Amino acid sequence: MKISDFILPFVIGGILFYGMIKEVDIYSVFVEGAFDGAKSAVKILPYIIAIIFAVNLFIQSGAEEFIVKIIQPITTFIGFPAELLSLIIVKPLSGGASYGVIQTILENHGADSYIGRSAAVLMGSAETIFYTAAVYFGAVGITNSRYTIKVGLMSHVASIIAALVVCKYMF
Amino acid sequence: MKKVWFGLITFGLIFSIFSGKPEVISKVLLFDIQKSVDLVLSLVSIMAFWSGLMRIAEKSGILDKLSNFLKPITRLLFKDIQNSKEAVNAVIMTILANMFGIGNSATVLGIKAMEEMQKINKNKNVASNSMCMLLIINMSSIQLIPLSVIKLRSDAGAVNPTDIILPTIIATCFSTIISILFAKYYERKSIL
Repeated sequence: MKISDFILPFVIGGILFYGMIKEVDIYSVFVEGAFDGAKSAVKILPYIIAIIFAVNLFIQSGAEEFIVKIIQPITTFIGFPAELLSLIIVKPLSGGASYGVIQTILENHGADSYIGRSAAVLMGSAETIFYTAAVYFGAVGITNSRYTIKVGLMSHVASIIAALVVCKYMF
Repeated sequence: MKKVWFGLITFGLIFSIFSGKPEVISKVLLFDIQKSVDLVLSLVSIMAFWSGLMRIAEKSGILDKLSNFLKPITRLLFKDIQNSKEAVNAVIMTILANMFGIGNSATVLGIKAMEEMQKINKNKNVASNSMCMLLIINMSSIQLIPLSVIKLRSDAGAVNPTDIILPTIIATCFSTIISILFAKYYERKSIL
């Protein structure tokens, strides 16, 4: 049972029903819009290839592991759970890869542990920053994203802090 | 984006050589890139469907009603697209789809919103304030119910897999508010 499964019939039904009332030619308007949608989907392929290549290479070559090892002493020093480091680095890069990481965390520490809970909250409150930027800006050919990535990363840090603090005091 | 891309690849290349597994590069080229085609193919149908449905919603005027209702908020956050009704509507739909986590439709609507905003963007290579704001709000993740995480927790044997919903919403709201504040700050600081 998913909430979105309950929302869908209302959204789809509601839009079609309202369209009928307003005498919109719903069938041909739908096809016309669908054609545009299919075109946009194909247009983002090059950007997805670019980002997937870079991210997979970075994670699989061991570069990600190495960076975790380097900053681990610092984070342990300030009392930050080292187990979450990998998730923090991988999540902004790749949604798929971060699933693998959180699965390992949940297996090793248990879903109801502090680490497990923080990881879950973090997973739900952070987003794949680079993928989002690549696809959204790529689709319209924006090359200068200005402060977007910077603020995206700040938001990531805010998510981390919030996840740790909330899990500490709520459970 | 250019720097990030370059950095990721350079690190990846260097490490694949130093860790003694240069075969990783060809593995990524052969297998992992294939995934991007699968991803796009899986997006084509859902994007076509939602774009079609959204076109009906647009034509029937139901979107205009919704965006009038949310006008006080969008006027504050997306100041420079207020002249384009289509852009405002698309932005609202993107944010709603993200909040309810309706699958890939959020991506579809997001791209639609970007296209509408690009139409009224003065400099076609540089992101407008509203584009940055939409991206930043999306990046802070505004999904209300993290379904996939709940699934993962129940697979891992959590006693009550859904007990992270409230903490997640709190953390998400916090990071979203912080992001919006920073976005507004940089918006004012940079002269376009």
